[in-house]
Amino acid sequence: MAYAHPHDAHAPAHAGHHEQSFFQKYLWSTDHKIIAFQYLFTGMALAMVGGFMAYVFRMQLAFPGTSVPGWGVVSPGQYNALITNHGSIMIFWVAMPVLIAGFGNFLIPLMIGADDMVFPRINRLSYQLFLLSALVLVASLFVQNGGFGGAWTAYPPLSANKNYNMTPYGATMWVLAVALEFVAFLLGGINFIVTTMNSRAKGMKAFDVPIVIWCIVIASILFMASVGPLIAGAVMLLFDQLLGTSFFNPNRGGDPILWQHLFWFFGHPEVYVVMLPAFGIVAEVMTVMARKKLFAYKTVIYTIVATGVLSFFVWAHHQFVAGIDPRMANVFTVTTVLISIPVGEMCFVYIATLYGGSIRLTTPMLWALAFLGEFLIGGVTGIYLGASGLDVFFHDTYFVVAHFHYTFFPIAIIAVFSGLTFWFPKMFGRMMNETWGKVHFWGTIIPFNFIFIPLFFLGLNGEHRRIFDYHSFPQLDTPFMHTLRVMATVSLIVMLLFQIPFIINFIVSAIRGPKADKNPWRANTLEWTTDSPPPHGNWPQAEMPEVHRRHYEYAVPGRAEDFWPQNERA
Amino acid sequence: MSGKTIATMRSAMGMPTGRLAVWWVIVSEIVIFGGVLVSYIMHRIGHPEWAEEASHTNTWAGATNTLVLLTSSLSAVLAHKAATEGNGKKAANLLRLTTLGGLIFLVIKSFEWTHEIKEGFTIQAGGFWSYYYTAAGLHAFHVLCGMIIMLVVAHTASKNQELQRVENIGIYWHFVDVVWIFLFPLLYIAK
Repeated sequence: MAYAHPHDAHAPAHAGHHEQSFFQKYLWSTDHKIIAFQYLFTGMALAMVGGFMAYVFRMQLAFPGTSVPGWGVVSPGQYNALITNHGSIMIFWVAMPVLIAGFGNFLIPLMIGADDMVFPRINRLSYQLFLLSALVLVASLFVQNGGFGGAWTAYPPLSANKNYNMTPYGATMWVLAVALEFVAFLLGGINFIVTTMNSRAKGMKAFDVPIVIWCIVIASILFMASVGPLIAGAVMLLFDQLLGTSFFNPNRGGDPILWQHLFWFFGHPEVYVVMLPAFGIVAEVMTVMARKKLFAYKTVIYTIVATGVLSFFVWAHHQFVAGIDPRMANVFTVTTVLISIPVGEMCFVYIATLYGGSIRLTTPMLWALAFLGEFLIGGVTGIYLGASGLDVFFHDTYFVVAHFHYTFFPIAIIAVFSGLTFWFPKMFGRMMNETWGKVHFWGTIIPFNFIFIPLFFLGLNGEHRRIFDYHSFPQLDTPFMHTLRVMATVSLIVMLLFQIPFIINFIVSAIRGPKADKNPWRANTLEWTTDSPPPHGNWPQAEMPEVHRRHYEYAVPGRAEDFWPQNERA
Repeated sequence: MSGKTIATMRSAMGMPTGRLAVWWVIVSEIVIFGGVLVSYIMHRIGHPEWAEEASHTNTWAGATNTLVLLTSSLSAVLAHKAATEGNGKKAANLLRLTTLGGLIFLVIKSFEWTHEIKEGFTIQAGGFWSYYYTAAGLHAFHVLCGMIIMLVVAHTASKNQELQRVENIGIYWHFVDVVWIFLFPLLYIAK
């Protein structure tokens, strides 16, 4: 079956770019770099929406019943919609598009030495579907009775029955938005997997592929293998909402726990879907900034595959108190605690990589180091929750909230800032300002801890989640608890304000920062061998790179330079 | 953007890109249908009374549809054979025949469902019917999408272009067929 053309020289000539209109170049583009920016900017815009929602509901929690500046008094229904959409937006419309679609689209063709993705038009379609899903979600906030308030987990009967949730339009639009987003990422995922498998540069064997690409591809596979049951579940929920079916209605033969299983069968692998690209980004930044190869690269690949596989067997730890058989709970406790082994190993790999390295504390490196420290706290507190006995107390308390923010925040924010500040020169052809980068870093990390450490203590003292006003609960209404709530809220405001220097730094540097050359960080991977920013097609057609070694040849004894690009001949 | 990217033309795995992509699509589809069907099986086991509801499905219609889909898969295979021989026009005609099979499938199903709905067996009529219409409806949606894509592929193939797509849409069609092979016993025979 000789359909594949083995040599690039046979590829049809790329149409020389005749002048394109603004629309064609920026809004209708099939260029993976433009699509990456579309995903990145959409995700960053929605991060601001999600952050604003957090500000509003934390103000309500710290100062119940008062008028929140920029919003007004928060009603109970609004509170529920705010926490629901904060969670949904941050996971589905910030973490996923930025980490996977944004970095994946930008980096994959560049780091494997290809000129674009294998299916550029499907790539464009995936972004358009994603944008549509974001618009549907935002629109859902403004319909009659407001946005969906059934929590991002959308358990029925609340989510299925409009007499319970009282947001009929919001609830349906939320399901539609999520379903559309899933389709967009399935399409995108196929592009990433096939491109990485098939379109590598000549000489790039599987174990020469940079670790961040492995992570993004395995995350895409994990997503594809896990989202199916939830797509089925979303269709079933939609039909329960609109057509009177009884999949989840216990009064008519259905089972609400079925939704929980369908949701969490996806929901747990999903956290590893976003975790893996973050780990990959941090690994790349650390090797470059420590001038040292990643410790045990091949083992790391086996580890992340093992993490992915194991992640399919832990989901019911979200359902320990949902009425499942306690013997099942024992099984899931074992698997949950087991999965901390490969993840913990990754943290050891980072430490071993840094050990003996020649460390440059640039802004990207600061973020990468912070990722390691903060994620460790998140991971360790997960062990407490994974033990079903302890979870009987901790489930649905703020201890859980603190745990998942100590994992999600490093994943979706810290690792992202590490990657953005690291690849900014390649993306925009200019350097970001280091001083403001450090101001932004410290102004984010320090308040971050003062938001969520109080939440651990609130949880230990029994504060349940998803409650609009703790005055109703005398045992939670103590001055100590209240001080913690106020501390968390004030820290959040400080942290949000410190994002302003980042936004200014980003925009000003992109427009008139100092120009970046091809390889400002003196790194080995292929994206640093082309111009900053790369032209359409990434390299001139006749000069597509060929690979001669892995990308970890830093500080090789006997060489004049302390790095050795992959494409340089021996 | 005219012209293919260099990326599309490479093949580090040795397998043509389009075929690799179709198999990954199938992986994701397996889990989607797997989710619906596993939920259905577990519920059916827990609800023996659904057997009464299930007894009202039209096994003959289901059996005929099975035959129709299997035959259409045969014409898809013959289309692929014609494509490998470089005969785009023949492949296109065989693909159109396959699409006709899909159309017959959908027509039979619409008669079947119209009758059932008239009898009062709507999607709301019970737990079994919720699954019946959802699972078969999801499948029918995939048949329809497959037909549309197949016609586009046929049109291009009739001009002797992109003949490798004939195999790829064939793979997708076989998958849709296999899903039906699961649906037929689960919805029609298990009574």
